[in-house]
Amino acid sequence: MIHAKDINERTPWQDLTPGGEIYEPGTARDFNTGAWRTNTPIFHEEACKHCMLCIPFCPDSAIPVKDGKRLEFDYMHCKGCGICENVCPFNAITMVTGGAVK
Amino acid sequence: MNKCISGNEAVAYAMKQINPDVMGAFPITPSTEIPEYFANYVADGEVDTEYVTVESEHSSMSVCIAAQAAGARTISATSSCGLALMYELLYVAASCRLPIALACVNRALSGPININNDHSDSMGARDTGWIQIYAENNQEAYDNFLMAMPIGEPASIRLPVMTCMDGFITSHAVENIELLETDAVREFIGEYHPENYLLKKENPLAVGPYDISPYYMEHKVMQAEAMKAAKARILEVAADFEKISGRRYGLFEEYRMEDAEFAVVLIGSSAGTAKAAVDKLREDGVKAGLVKIRVFRPFPGEELAHVLAGTRAVAVMDKSEGFSANGGPLFAETRSALYDLKNRPYLINIVYGLGGRDVKTEDIEKVFDRLADIAETGETGPVYTHMGQRSKEERA
Repeated sequence: MIHAKDINERTPWQDLTPGGEIYEPGTARDFNTGAWRTNTPIFHEEACKHCMLCIPFCPDSAIPVKDGKRLEFDYMHCKGCGICENVCPFNAITMVTGGAVK
Repeated sequence: MNKCISGNEAVAYAMKQINPDVMGAFPITPSTEIPEYFANYVADGEVDTEYVTVESEHSSMSVCIAAQAAGARTISATSSCGLALMYELLYVAASCRLPIALACVNRALSGPININNDHSDSMGARDTGWIQIYAENNQEAYDNFLMAMPIGEPASIRLPVMTCMDGFITSHAVENIELLETDAVREFIGEYHPENYLLKKENPLAVGPYDISPYYMEHKVMQAEAMKAAKARILEVAADFEKISGRRYGLFEEYRMEDAEFAVVLIGSSAGTAKAAVDKLREDGVKAGLVKIRVFRPFPGEELAHVLAGTRAVAVMDKSEGFSANGGPLFAETRSALYDLKNRPYLINIVYGLGGRDVKTEDIEKVFDRLADIAETGETGPVYTHMGQRSKEERA
């Protein structure tokens, strides 16, 4: 069985899976899709009331939560869509131009 | 067991004997009878198949893809515009490497709308990645469908298989054919045991994920290699099939080709007509022969070149247009296959039989007359022509 972690952009065709099948769950965790980002959300912790509204709106599950509090963005998976900024009632998230995390 | 049945019923009967897990069913002339017969088998409890009626052929093929990915053996049947509506999904089935079996009853594509036979539907799907096997008559339609799963399912192949027969000419004509016993069929087909499938709970699986540029080409190479490997698999399955049926199949059928100087290459039911013409010409001392292509995908290029190497002139007859302005699809493949020969025969292309236009033995004889002329004069004349249309000009 070929595992996703054993496949990369140097793997010859003979060692890939038929049709690109993936034989395990949760492999999106291993891929840096945050590199696609052209805008970046900034989290202002002092303004955040931890209402958790941004969490279900995030299409990429890129806002981790621990013990009832949201944490810093998972920039490896955030694609910078800005939905979180739009739904935040407390202006605790602002978007900045560019994909880099300042 | 001998039975007098139509091509459609023969294929439906093969499906019953196989007893697949799922059928994606949607009617379209002239393949409608296949899901219709099969619905009777379902209603009468003669099969265990989940019979899924859907709203279009796009959906019937989607059903097949999802069910096959889940680990089920799936079938469908369609024709013409139905196959065209499946177009996107045909690629998905092949690229996900799902060995679905589809009975295609060949019918002209619109427009103008026409329900009769030619090969424009399946020829339009020739590059989708499906194995394509064509039948001359009811017996072959039945036999080819029985061979579809053993050909497509092995891990080294994993490709969907389309078995084709000519609409009405084969699908609705009633012929006396030899059916195998169901036990023998089940033993021949075996059980479907893919290594990975969606319902295998020990091992979660993702099918058809997005493929970025650094991977897509590698997956296409894998698919191309599987299609190349299918040639040997088709012959292997044919050899096994001969053991239980006594009927022999190859990638194509050679009819009186051993010493032939002039040959016709074609696909499907017209082979019966061409065989009669060849027999008549042979009686007159003309060394005529026929190659009936059975497997179009993978295309048996090297094998065909070998057989045609000894001839003086060959006519490739296409039952679909293609609109390349350079000849039909069978001609393109055949001419390409002959390129590597040291001594090539003269080669012409005749597009015929579109939208159910009849072809008679006399028509085929005229083609052989033209080949004899070409060999005699060394002048090919127009390479790509049509036959059977009303015209102000005279041409075979």
